Amino acid sequence: MVSRRLFTQSAAGAAAGMILTACGPKRLYEAPKDRLKASIAEMERKYKEQLGKDIKVSDAGPIPGVHFAYALDISRCIGCRRCVYACVAENNQSRDPQIHWIRVFEMEKEKGVDFSHADPYYNPAEVPEEGHFYIPVGCQQCENPPCTKVCPTGATWAEKDGIVVIDYDWCIGCRYCMAACPYGARHFNWTQPTIPENEINPDTHYLGNRPRPKGVVEKCTFCIQRARNGRYPACVEVCPVGARKFGNILDADSEIRYIIEHKRVLVLKEELNTVPRFFYFYAT
Amino acid sequence: MPHETAVDSIRLFSGFARGSVKLILRGNRAYWMWLAFLGALIVSGVLAYSEQVRFGLGLTAMRDQVSWGFYIGNFTFLVGVAAAAVVLVIPAYIYNWKPIREIVIYGELLAISAITMCLMFVMVDIGRPDRFWHLIPPFGFLNFPSSVLAWDVMVLNLYFVVNFVVATHILYRAFHGKRYIKKLVVPLVLLSVPMAVGIHTVTAFLYNGLAARPYWNSSILAPQFLASAFCSGPAILLVVLQLLRRFTRFEIQDAAISKIAELMAYAMFLNLFLHGAEAFKEFYSNTQHLLFTRYWYFGIGAHRTLVPYAWSAVGLNLLAFGLFISPTTRRNLITLNIGCLATYAGVYIEKGMGLIIPGLTPDTLGEIYEYYPTVTELRVAAGIFAVGFLLFTLMLKVAVPISLGEFMDKTEASTAPDAVFAGAHTAQ
Repeated sequence: MVSRRLFTQSAAGAAAGMILTACGPKRLYEAPKDRLKASIAEMERKYKEQLGKDIKVSDAGPIPGVHFAYALDISRCIGCRRCVYACVAENNQSRDPQIHWIRVFEMEKEKGVDFSHADPYYNPAEVPEEGHFYIPVGCQQCENPPCTKVCPTGATWAEKDGIVVIDYDWCIGCRYCMAACPYGARHFNWTQPTIPENEINPDTHYLGNRPRPKGVVEKCTFCIQRARNGRYPACVEVCPVGARKFGNILDADSEIRYIIEHKRVLVLKEELNTVPRFFYFYAT
Repeated sequence: MPHETAVDSIRLFSGFARGSVKLILRGNRAYWMWLAFLGALIVSGVLAYSEQVRFGLGLTAMRDQVSWGFYIGNFTFLVGVAAAAVVLVIPAYIYNWKPIREIVIYGELLAISAITMCLMFVMVDIGRPDRFWHLIPPFGFLNFPSSVLAWDVMVLNLYFVVNFVVATHILYRAFHGKRYIKKLVVPLVLLSVPMAVGIHTVTAFLYNGLAARPYWNSSILAPQFLASAFCSGPAILLVVLQLLRRFTRFEIQDAAISKIAELMAYAMFLNLFLHGAEAFKEFYSNTQHLLFTRYWYFGIGAHRTLVPYAWSAVGLNLLAFGLFISPTTRRNLITLNIGCLATYAGVYIEKGMGLIIPGLTPDTLGEIYEYYPTVTELRVAAGIFAVGFLLFTLMLKVAVPISLGEFMDKTEASTAPDAVFAGAHTAQ
């Protein structure tokens, strides 16, 4: 009797296992190391096949004791949008149709920080324009993210170092997260994203800038592929006026901690209790 | 009751299935033209959807700024229809009002069709329909209880099952000249009432819980959803019942029809009152959150696409209220039907475009992108409605003759058909 039951059980188990494997990828959330390795090898193989190019997909995990935070100096930003395009290039955002993870808003000094009078499509011969200031907005990497809470499949979550990420292979494209995000930080691939082959950044991370398929949501990850390697995000590096600051908020000696402790700091839509890890400040 | 063997069951079922197919294939010219019309819409919808799958949702007018549109609007409206159809059970049972009790089965069939359309509208809205199974444990992962969408998936499917079981069980038993099994049906019917309220409340909470969207983040949303649903669901049912009365031997008293119309008047009053309360709060306090309501009713600057829709909805709802609250007009079938159409159109506009689009316009960072559905969206939506109507038509084609005792398993009939069916929803 026992052996027969054992047999039925293992047969059922084997059948279930086969079905599961047949059903393709599993969620990458807290995936065990070996499964993650296998998934990443599969991703690299597929990219090679589709793009004819070697794409390196990193699986670097969060560094213990590191919690990333960002600060942006409103008084310095000149609205040049170099951050926007550096981000596009670094993070393999679609060129056609264009997807921008950072949007820069031009505001009038007379009206102050007021998005209902802001212009994201400003296009003067030269920036900054007289009487205006600029607020770049990307993902605020909330401590209390409304977007991850609503995801019906658990395809998006906050990593231990505070970065809110998306599993592009698990997202079903329902866009509930986009309705929930108060900062317009999430972007959808309304059609097949395209990037000229020679412009693809081959240094990628599985939760970050690896090429995305049609029909899924994507967003800023603080350049997870760089940040977890001890490098600054592309937007920080490119900023010509040094308005962008980035670092480990748990490190008491870091620049980011200095700014938060000593400058006049604000976060967007504080009343929504999203607790952003992205701070705006006035250095002068 | 003699014990049924498996062989008997199969024989009984195949008799039912063969009979049903025969009924479906029998009909006059108008019936076939109706089916052909629905078929054409379905073909057009399938073609449009396959283009959408190939190209992506970029074929719709939705963009990052307005990331939900016509599909989700229709979904929301139809959840209301599904909920309201069954809420007729309340007067049927609590007040034991027989004329309504006899039509509850049609409410259930309408609910089944409406939920089918709801699920299809969600399906065509998602970017990766091939990954739909990611929602279904154990293969997938349902983010319950955190995501309200996970709740909605569960309650909608459960509601579908409950209605399907009750309706098919009653009809199937009646076909064999037997009464339904009370122990099964009564608890399920009673369960379907709170569930009907539940599916609509959960759907309201889907939007209501998003602090990022002030237009939705108002606690009046769920009550207002229910109120408007109790107008639109019965509006469809009243028209259907009159059509049945006209074309079959099906009988329904005028008293039942005007009673339902009276209940709709109260629901419509509540709906208008709740809209008024919300409008007062928004306009009087005049905060930045007023933008969304203003976009709907008056437009913002040159952006006025939705304004005619907003005022048509208000006008139609007021007209319906007037026609239903006055006993003379709700007893007159012509004015009653005008009222039904006005209700249906009014609620359709306010729940579809009027709820979703202003909720997302302007977007969270103040940008105004004027959404207006594309031909692809209209074709896909028309196709889904056609599937729903087709399903409803075919189910009625079988259910009506059963309820009239015209379609029965001759070998078994032992009880008078009228007695079997009329008692179908008697709770005791």
